[in-house]
Amino acid sequence: MRKNEMVDVLIVGSGASGAAVAWSLAETKMKILCLEQGDWMKQAEFPSTGRDWEARRYGDFAIFPNTRARDTDYPINDDASPMKIACFNAVGGGTVMFTAHWPRMHPSDFRVRSLDGIADDWPIDYKTLEPFFEENDRMMGISGLAGDPAYPPRHPPMPPLPLGKTGTRYAKAMNKLGWHWWPSDAAIATTEYDGRAACINLGHCTPGCAQGAKASTDITYWPQAIRAGVELRPRCRVREIVTNADGMASGAIYYDADGEECFQPAEMVILAANGIGTPRLLLNSVSERFPNGLANSSGLVGKNLMLHPWPMIQGYVDEQVDGDRAPMLSLWSKEFYETDPNRDFLRGYTLQFSRGTGVVNEAITSAAAGQIPWGKAHHRAYRERVYHRLQIGVACDDLPEEHNRIVLDPVLKDSHGIPAAKIEYEISENTRRMMEHGIARCEEILTAAGAKHIYCSRTALNSPGHLLGTARMGTDPARSVVNSWGRSHDVKNLFIVDGSVFVTGGGVNPTSTIQAVALYIADQIKQRLATLFD
Amino acid sequence: MQTQSFPSLSEAETADLRAVAGVAIPADVGFGVPAADDPTILADILATLGRDTGDVRAALAELSVLAKGPFANLDNDQRDEIATAYLAGSGVPARTLGRVMLQAYYRDDRVVRSLGLEPRPPFPKGHTLEQGDWSLLDPVRARPKLWRDAP
Repeated sequence: MRKNEMVDVLIVGSGASGAAVAWSLAETKMKILCLEQGDWMKQAEFPSTGRDWEARRYGDFAIFPNTRARDTDYPINDDASPMKIACFNAVGGGTVMFTAHWPRMHPSDFRVRSLDGIADDWPIDYKTLEPFFEENDRMMGISGLAGDPAYPPRHPPMPPLPLGKTGTRYAKAMNKLGWHWWPSDAAIATTEYDGRAACINLGHCTPGCAQGAKASTDITYWPQAIRAGVELRPRCRVREIVTNADGMASGAIYYDADGEECFQPAEMVILAANGIGTPRLLLNSVSERFPNGLANSSGLVGKNLMLHPWPMIQGYVDEQVDGDRAPMLSLWSKEFYETDPNRDFLRGYTLQFSRGTGVVNEAITSAAAGQIPWGKAHHRAYRERVYHRLQIGVACDDLPEEHNRIVLDPVLKDSHGIPAAKIEYEISENTRRMMEHGIARCEEILTAAGAKHIYCSRTALNSPGHLLGTARMGTDPARSVVNSWGRSHDVKNLFIVDGSVFVTGGGVNPTSTIQAVALYIADQIKQRLATLFD
Repeated sequence: MQTQSFPSLSEAETADLRAVAGVAIPADVGFGVPAADDPTILADILATLGRDTGDVRAALAELSVLAKGPFANLDNDQRDEIATAYLAGSGVPARTLGRVMLQAYYRDDRVVRSLGLEPRPPFPKGHTLEQGDWSLLDPVRARPKLWRDAP
């Protein structure tokens, strides 16, 4: 096995959290290395540059690694889950393959036990994270509109995405109902920003932005971190974290681009491999001292997986709307976000209003849902729908339950022979009631917007790729994996900075909060350098 | 990116695929669109099967079972009856067969133009999105705060 030169900090994963923590720690002048199993992506090769742009979302740019099956992907057994696992492996990780919706978690999301008597409180709060939310918004380049009554004050550095035809339709319907709505914060540049070009409405934000307007970390944090001296090594897949006789992490074993097995020694290891990759790595890091996996004395590594069940409700109006001729993001509503004792469930959800979909995807999804027939009646039904679709997603809060978990699959392995993750996940009764409440509200909204052919699939749920909770943060080592500043209770030079550390998941897309937490942990590391491993 | 090669369909399978495509998405004179068995569209379907080849082959085999022989040997009414019912099912082969036909059909220049659209990729020209009337937000701005204070 090849042994590399020692580094001060080894980061595993270059996505949302790994990039943020690398950039933040760069100012310490420590020798920092990030290992990433994916490649650098090329904007010129993103789907929206070719005529097959919609088809590629079912192939090499599918959100599901099992479908995509790039050689940089790892398989995941999600047969035992109604929610399928979406993620992406590349420099920038899931931020390359995300829709750029940018809500923060709410203050109440950090105090679920205190406010609602369920789950647990976080050991940190919104106020603690607020400066890191703001710093991250500046670094990523966020568009949005200040003044939303659903949140404490925020200061998006760019103006919001336009309302467009679809947003206007929704806005009028929401005003008719008297319900909250607001233009979504988006990780999309609406003006030129820090070397990024402004959005030109390519429409296909999720599978990579050819314009470079979407804030993936390969074009936001990483150029700055690399200029500051951080080394990023792509196509390096980490197999396990190694510990020494003192029970401290001594580095990682990985396979490089040529498949060679290497040992990378490090003074400190930071895991940023997402809520599936991080627990998988910990569970694969078995030793005599840590027979149940690393950092797992609580037995909670891999448990409390939260995925955000996300029904989608659609309907069709009598005018052409924006469809895929603009970013999918439009508005959000927080009308039903906070707990209401008059409802039959606790917690709540965000409504995410989409602008519709494209020509090919309308045909495929509507045919699959039985909404458009095959044969002679196909054309008329299709033309009544294409570019007439309104679609609302219900982003349900997903509370932690220990039986929702990842374990190591006894059979399935990746291309390097590393045991794969197996997902065991069920939707709780509380969440099911929440979903039904949200679906009914969406039907009211779509009706108020004049939509017909209203439809919701309860079996083919959207899988947003929000991977949370599997190495939770807390003050009690028996009830958590890392402490309140991201350090493992068991291994004092091992940190976790990704969505794994979430105690609860809120009812929002988590990337903004994941990065704020990562910046907060990096700041704690910098403040505690002299006593970091005590 | 790893490149993989996929075996192409046999002549008999191609004939069956052509027969399915012709009834699944028939031509429509009123809308000015060809059928999905149009030579250009069929060539696109065949050229881009790629990773879907196995499922499409499985779908064609299932259709042959339903047809009690080569699907292409059926008359048009029989094809229509069997294919439209089969494609409406939820099996992976049926869904995949439907998808590969639709994704090639709805990127054909003639079909795209018939929808009043320009046949081009989104990049680099993009699209224009109207700003809309932001005064619609006025009643929302007037609302008291919605978030809960947390202890």
